[in-house]
Amino acid sequence: MALDEYKPQTGKAMLEGEGRSFKQVGTSPDRPDGVDKVTGRARFGADVTAPGMLHAAIVRSPHAHARILKIDTSAAEALDGVKAVVTRADFATGLTGEMWNILENVMADKTALYDGHAVAAVAATSALIARDAAKLVKVEYEVLPHVTDVDAAMATGAPVIREGAADASVPPGLHPNVVRYHESGRGDVEAGFAEADLVIEDHFRTEATHQGYIEPHACLAQMGGDGKGELWCCTQGHWNVQKICAALLGTEQSALRVTASEIGGGFGGKTTVFIEPVALALSRKTSRPVKLVMSRSEVFRATGPTASTSMDVKVGMKKDGTITAMQGTFRLQGGAFPGAPADMTAMCAFAPYNVANLKQVGYDVMSNRPKQAAYRAPGSPMAAFATESVIDELCNQLGLDPIEVRLKNASREGTRASYGPKFQRIGLVETLEAAKAHPHYSAPLKPGQGRGVSCGFWFNFGGETSVSLALSEDGSAQLMVGTPDIGGSRASMALMAAEELGIPYENVRVTIADTASLGYNEVSHGSRVTYASGLATIQAARDAVRKLCGRAAAKWGIPEDAVKWENGCAVPSGPNAGDFDPLPIAEITASMGATGGPIVGHFEATPEGAGVSFATHIVDAEVDPETGKTAVVRYTVVQDAGKAIHPTYVEGQFQGGAAQGIGWALNEEYIYGEDGRLQNAVFLDYRIPVASDLPMIDTVIVEVPNPGHPYGVRGVGETSICPPLAAIANAVSAAAGVRLHELPMSPPRILEALERQRGG
Amino acid sequence: MQYHSPGSFEDAVAIAGAASGTTRFLAGGTDVLVQLRADIVTPDTLIDVKKIEGVRSITREADGDWRIGIAVSGAEMSEHPELGADWPGLVEAMDLVGSTQIQGRATLTGNLCNASPAADSVPAMFAAGVIASVTGPQGTRQVPVTEIPTGPGKTSLKPGELISALHVPARGARGGDAYLRFIPRTEMDIAVVGCAVNLRLDGDTISEARVSLGAVAPTALLVPEAAEALIGTTLDEAALEALATAAADACKPIDDKRGTVKFRTHVAGVLAKRAARIAYDRARARA
Ligand SMILES: Cc1cc2nc3c(=O)[nH]c(=O)nc-3n(C[C@H](O)[C@H](O)[C@H](O)COP(=O)(O)OP(=O)(O)OC[C@H]3O[C@@H](n4cnc5c(N)ncnc54)[C@H](O)[C@@H]3O)c2cc1C
Repeated sequence: MALDEYKPQTGKAMLEGEGRSFKQVGTSPDRPDGVDKVTGRARFGADVTAPGMLHAAIVRSPHAHARILKIDTSAAEALDGVKAVVTRADFATGLTGEMWNILENVMADKTALYDGHAVAAVAATSALIARDAAKLVKVEYEVLPHVTDVDAAMATGAPVIREGAADASVPPGLHPNVVRYHESGRGDVEAGFAEADLVIEDHFRTEATHQGYIEPHACLAQMGGDGKGELWCCTQGHWNVQKICAALLGTEQSALRVTASEIGGGFGGKTTVFIEPVALALSRKTSRPVKLVMSRSEVFRATGPTASTSMDVKVGMKKDGTITAMQGTFRLQGGAFPGAPADMTAMCAFAPYNVANLKQVGYDVMSNRPKQAAYRAPGSPMAAFATESVIDELCNQLGLDPIEVRLKNASREGTRASYGPKFQRIGLVETLEAAKAHPHYSAPLKPGQGRGVSCGFWFNFGGETSVSLALSEDGSAQLMVGTPDIGGSRASMALMAAEELGIPYENVRVTIADTASLGYNEVSHGSRVTYASGLATIQAARDAVRKLCGRAAAKWGIPEDAVKWENGCAVPSGPNAGDFDPLPIAEITASMGATGGPIVGHFEATPEGAGVSFATHIVDAEVDPETGKTAVVRYTVVQDAGKAIHPTYVEGQFQGGAAQGIGWALNEEYIYGEDGRLQNAVFLDYRIPVASDLPMIDTVIVEVPNPGHPYGVRGVGETSICPPLAAIANAVSAAAGVRLHELPMSPPRILEALERQRGG
Repeated sequence: MQYHSPGSFEDAVAIAGAASGTTRFLAGGTDVLVQLRADIVTPDTLIDVKKIEGVRSITREADGDWRIGIAVSGAEMSEHPELGADWPGLVEAMDLVGSTQIQGRATLTGNLCNASPAADSVPAMFAAGVIASVTGPQGTRQVPVTEIPTGPGKTSLKPGELISALHVPARGARGGDAYLRFIPRTEMDIAVVGCAVNLRLDGDTISEARVSLGAVAPTALLVPEAAEALIGTTLDEAALEALATAAADACKPIDDKRGTVKFRTHVAGVLAKRAARIAYDRARARA
């Protein structure tokens, strides 16, 4: 099938999914993996074992920045039960670009670049022995000056993390820690600000947060001296793991088969690798299976949290609420490697608004922190925090309603997006209208409470997708997808396959296939799974249906195109209508061996029509003026899902984004000491919200179909975390009576702001 | 590591006395096992005290004192039909420890002897005037709990000694206590500041008071100046302000990842006022 069929269509033409009455899509049956998970039958990363298996432990740098002078492994190797020690010398050489970055992050070479950076690893007959042996590896360091703050890392005289890491985008004269630069915009911002009745510019900061998935990274690796291997791991994308591990170990991709385990959360943090190549290297060295499981503090210190930011945003507005110009500078620190999504932050910052004069600048800055990884809509939530705070302040000072102002300036179909292209069909206005009409927006507030509103935007993504659907003899179906299920996607896939085949939802078994069983599948990220694997599932089912119709046509002796598929049966159509009784799927599959062989539907493509999505959140917060403690008392998420295949899981995504946003806004933060070491690498001190911290999170699903998907689906997983930081900050600022510019809005920070205000 | 489960305090004392290296008593294990797994403390000798006769019971003595066994869990304290009516503040403080799962294991004695400056039940015990029976090679002596913790992770117990029971005084007429802690979340967190107030009324006037603060110094503090600010008053605004000032003045906190000096000092005063109001209302409600 031609690729461009899946590119976004223009115009308001009636979509296939629109007006179609679905039988199963749009219902919310129990997830197929639910019983496995509540009974403990589901196997997560750390749940597999193999005969003769060894356990591994990683030796990590206690320094934020240090030259590695010497690694003495002799004492560790001498310990009873220790089978191997690996260092950087056990990995491939000659890598460049991102593969080199990943290797350097997985195992330091000459320099430890952050507290927790891996420098060696051991494999032993028990986890305890491995842990003890890791302590016996003697590493001699020469401690170097370090920097962990984004502004400090850009300043003159800051320690250089790595000379020559910057790419060509960086203008001359910047500190070598600035490694990528983004600038975009249009119009004339100065002229725009001159037209405004009020211009507000403010400075904002956000601290790094961790995705906080409950399951620490874990894997079981087996690799022989012949370079052939098997890897079992919890990941959001096992083809990507295969590609990276093959490169880092210097073997062919197909030599390594990777199976994705059940996954206990990822949120973007499991889109790369941290431990898998290490386990493989140890296995290759010992010719035994090696299991490697991270502890929680290793997860905090040495996986991929978000970037921290320092941002300046300036917005001009007329008295009637028209935005005349927007300008932003976004500095993101993403650890000791290039990759902080400063470009995404810049591109998302003003996307909800149709404004003539725009300028957005992004800096990707290196520091002595762990290499950042994706976290739900990477870069966008911080952008919204800064932009939407300034818009809120403008509304306050001009006495305007925050939703009316947003409606007045909202991006619509045909608007040229702040980041360049023209928007296709989008649902921002619909979310704002629904928010305005929601009883929450007009509910009275109690004393001490404040209300905040924010919009948010995310691109969404398509990516390589390969799906296969095999029919069983009894007419049930086995669907193989290659995208790990991180949000209930198996239920959505089963619904779409069942809808097309006309069989019950329960009759579709969805399996996340390993890398040897399907073509390349892009990682489960970019909110792409229900969109791209969903689209592929529908097409694979249609492929199977065509084949089913073919068998019926052959049986009846009529042309294939004279058979259509209805309610799980082949029926003669056109001139042959009514000539034969409908032929149910189970009758066709029962004899498929004798009528041409097994029936399997396929689909492979790189769909490019993932529709962008917008959300509007309303938050009520209450602040204790004596202690600075905030309670979020009411929360409503309004978001465009395009088409909700499984509405309850769509709501789950909406609520999850809001819950993580509440943590990020109020209490979560990476705390570094003067020594550059992470001080709160446990859940006790890294304060994610507990259940009792959250209000019931109300949801409204808006459905403005995405022209790029047969049913109109848009990804929903990421947009939901874009508005919360700003919406909560706006609510807290209203409740406290003072504007908060820095996240997290922890009680000491709120008390300080209150005190500053009282002091004048 | 050696694990023992003696059936009597005498045996426990003998094992502890003979042990060398690091010794830990295993009550609920919610500190000991966590520290073991996190590589913070790996004991050479682990003495499980749960098999000792009588350690699981809560008894009201003839004089009205409460005797709380050293293996009584937080959940058992909360579910006791009468203890909470006498000492609601103490029971609530212990109930704040951890989650439902932790409550099934964690003990008052363990919370005291782990000697965390932020331990929740300790200010409540200080304010209530709880006495510990300390058993060692020389027999058993009575020690006010205020003398047990001496610094973060340190107690005044000598090698071979352990606590064999905790004694909460008889409540008596017109008494009330309360404990409040400040945490940025709603549960599952460590106190940034804790404050317990225990007082007795004569009519509506406060005749006796004890005020204790947690997480603002190397050990929980008993603050006599804060108590004096209350005694002789009917908890009017002036008394509350004086209480807040005395509480804040007593703080010797540190700046750390859990809170700043300034924040802790300020919030200590806020919590003292709030806890005093609750304790006062409770005392008035008691005949
Ligand atoms: C998830 C979690 C949440 C927690 N939340 C809180 C909280 O909110 N507030 C809080 O204050 N604490 C909290 N804690 C810490 C812990 O639960 C408490 O300190 C608890 O009261 C310890 O009691 P235990 O019986 O488990 O002690 P154990 O771990 O058994 O022992 C603790 C210490 O006391 C000593 N000890 C025990 N019995 C005796 C004895 N008879 N004589 C002498 N020494 C003895 C041991 O040697 C050890 O040093 C939490 C712990 C966890 C794991």
